[in-house]
Amino acid sequence: MSILQVRDLNVVLSGLSILQGVSFDVAPTGVTVLLGRNGVGKTTTLRAILGLAPGIGSVTFDGADILGRRTHELVQKGLGYVPEDRCVFAGLTVAENLRLAERTKNSAYELVFELFPELKKRASQRAGSLSGGQQQMLALGRVLLTENRLLLVDEPTKGLAPKVVTEVADALARVAVRVPILLVEQNLAVVRRLAGDAVVLAAGQVAWTGGASELLSDHDLTKSLLGVGSHS
Amino acid sequence: MSTVVLLAVTGLGLSALYFLIASGLSLVFGLADVLNFAHGWFLTVGAYAAYWATPKVGFAGGVVAGVLAGAGVAALVELVMIRPLYKRTIAQVLVTVGLSLAGVALFQALFSPDARIFPSPKWTQQVVGFLGARVPVKSLLLIAGAVVVLAALLAFLRWTRYGLIIRAGVENREMVTALGIDVRKAFTLVFAIGGAAAGLAGALGGVYFESVSPTGGASLLIFAFIVVVIGGMGSITGSAVAAVAVGLLQQFVNYYGSAGAGDVCAVALLAIVLLTRRQARQA
Repeated sequence: MSILQVRDLNVVLSGLSILQGVSFDVAPTGVTVLLGRNGVGKTTTLRAILGLAPGIGSVTFDGADILGRRTHELVQKGLGYVPEDRCVFAGLTVAENLRLAERTKNSAYELVFELFPELKKRASQRAGSLSGGQQQMLALGRVLLTENRLLLVDEPTKGLAPKVVTEVADALARVAVRVPILLVEQNLAVVRRLAGDAVVLAAGQVAWTGGASELLSDHDLTKSLLGVGSHS
Repeated sequence: MSTVVLLAVTGLGLSALYFLIASGLSLVFGLADVLNFAHGWFLTVGAYAAYWATPKVGFAGGVVAGVLAGAGVAALVELVMIRPLYKRTIAQVLVTVGLSLAGVALFQALFSPDARIFPSPKWTQQVVGFLGARVPVKSLLLIAGAVVVLAALLAFLRWTRYGLIIRAGVENREMVTALGIDVRKAFTLVFAIGGAAAGLAGALGGVYFESVSPTGGASLLIFAFIVVVIGGMGSITGSAVAAVAVGLLQQFVNYYGSAGAGDVCAVALLAIVLLTRRQARQA
């Protein structure tokens, strides 16, 4: 039984067909990774699931059809979102960014500060003055403050230094123990470490599904689907 | 020296009026991306509500009536006319322009096109000594009103959860919804806050101009837009600084130059700010 089922999802933006009949399942535990070359529709898939892009088809989350529902309602139902490029509020402090994400009085500050102690130290600093890695920690921390049933995480290691990539991957590994993650990621080392299932998109359609280790162990398959070798 | 003090105080009075209109306009545009041409009508509603209520409940009650009427009408306009049109910018502009024109016609039909004398209390029409000059109390009243509104807005934005949502929404509205927040409630709230400030401007403007007229709001709106653009969309502090600059510039140029030249200078200031801002961005 999957936590999220995407069936025949189509998205048209500005007259361009971005997704054409995308279907896949997200497992109720662990990390399912969404892979593909640049521009194949990975981010659009996450945005359509969350109601941020207009989609046609069917998306079932924990048994309920959610396509077309308003974004804030889906988030309140436990669909957490960490967008590409972090999207922290640059003019607000770290503490204010976190406070904004609170939905109940029992927010999980202990967990967030345990995973990212830097955020506690920099609570009064403006988020816009944080490094890329610290902003990513804040974006993840923001979503971990509340109880979620599925996290949609879009390229969390993009543009980060190798040391920070490891820290973010460590944090995601710990989070994945508690809540399933649908992860868009280009860094195959991170995919190899975290992912159980993999869905590969090509030209707005699902080109391959299966185990991530199965995909990455086949150098030729990886090369043909992603344009890079599995040793990258 | 006394002339300079008098011009400065009356200029700041005008600045206060501009700020009261521009603050709401700026918040609405910054958060909701709505260019609200009907905002001047909220001022007119507040002015006529105060005009109607003051003889019945006194000046303070009239001001409260103006504030409540401005807030109520603004919230209603957002709920009924703007909310169905979010993401349809051109339709929004057309609706708010149409509403501002229809609003003027409505008040002309209800109260006649002529200006009516505002029932100001006598103390507001007096002058007091200030730094060697005799300055009008009504200007000081407007300045005090604007300072209170500025302080209240800054405190609201800094210390309340809705203030936090509005500040975040001005930066990235989509991300606010992606944190599980219904940003539409904040839209209605900023419309109501903007309408309340415009309603206050209408009531105090009635005292300042000693009259109310159906076109009063529309004629002030252009200067409020200039203030908002110079001060930066969504910035309350920016609006306050820009309002002071525009009001003082207008008053001094109109006095030392020729009548009407101050309005031209305000538009010239807008052009200079836009051009230098663009060059700074390119650099």
